[in-house]
Amino acid sequence: MLTILQDMGSYALRASPQAKALGFTLTAIAQGEATVRCPYHPDLVGDVETGVVAGGVVTTLLDHTCGHAVLAALDTFRPIATLDLRIDYLRAAEPGCDILAHAQCYKLTRSVAFVRAIAFDRDKDDPVATVQATFMLDSSRSARRKGSTSHAPTTTDEEASA
Amino acid sequence: MSVSPAHPAAQKLADLIQRTPYIRRLGVRMELAGDEMTAVLPYGGTLIGDPGLPALHGGVLGAFLEMTALAQLFIMTEADHQPRPIGVTVEYLRSGRPVDTYARAQIKRIGSRIANIYAEAWQETRAAPITCLHGRFLLTSRTGASQSNSSSIQPASTT
Repeated sequence: MLTILQDMGSYALRASPQAKALGFTLTAIAQGEATVRCPYHPDLVGDVETGVVAGGVVTTLLDHTCGHAVLAALDTFRPIATLDLRIDYLRAAEPGCDILAHAQCYKLTRSVAFVRAIAFDRDKDDPVATVQATFMLDSSRSARRKGSTSHAPTTTDEEASA
Repeated sequence: MSVSPAHPAAQKLADLIQRTPYIRRLGVRMELAGDEMTAVLPYGGTLIGDPGLPALHGGVLGAFLEMTALAQLFIMTEADHQPRPIGVTVEYLRSGRPVDTYARAQIKRIGSRIANIYAEAWQETRAAPITCLHGRFLLTSRTGASQSNSSSIQPASTT
């Protein structure tokens, strides 16, 4: 899966309309790791008094980068869905600066991927936010089978190959 | 918890939307019934994260709930400054289908410095939420409804 992602470059990002709308670019990808850049834009500001980018934009960037780290950890493509995110906002992002996120998928089970990530502007050692997230693997198979109003995470274990 | 008559919720909400480009960028509307607010995220093609299903981007749903929580908190306090998010926990219960999404936030506690808020988003069925959020917000020294209420009593004793 990693080589596919490397070959595709930022195709996966362009395929996601929201990532495209925010101008996300994949700046690095490695086994179980991904780095994504969100360019600064005045539309993304949360308070015009401060010029600081809205926390929600950082949420989207972190969710997206975590998802890429999971895909980069898999041997073959499997649909994934976010189960939960727990974000800490450590400080306000610098007004006018692009924000980058680096995510690492540090554990894969048959059904669940565990990821952590940071968001930063100038210095990786002085992050804007940190996140801990889990993702469901083979998510759309269960969604299609059980219907969209069902609880997402169930009974794909027996189908999962790993 | 009540809305101060000096700062009508509707006016505060209008100010917040005016000051937050990202709310307008997402096209979010906020509708008031007394002091309870319902936020609406109108469906648009750019909100999709996974075009295969298709499903709304999880990050957008998290962002939508966070702005709902922040706005509900802002209209319930006398502060002129936005509360600052310390952290949020977002849980994804069902995939977000390509239709309009609604959200409401419930303030669990407003202290002198910290507010705890719970928010939920749903689509067709209110009883089947698609995403929920627990948020922790920092009220700066000039914010906090209970804080400013108690401090406003102080000057009276000095006269």
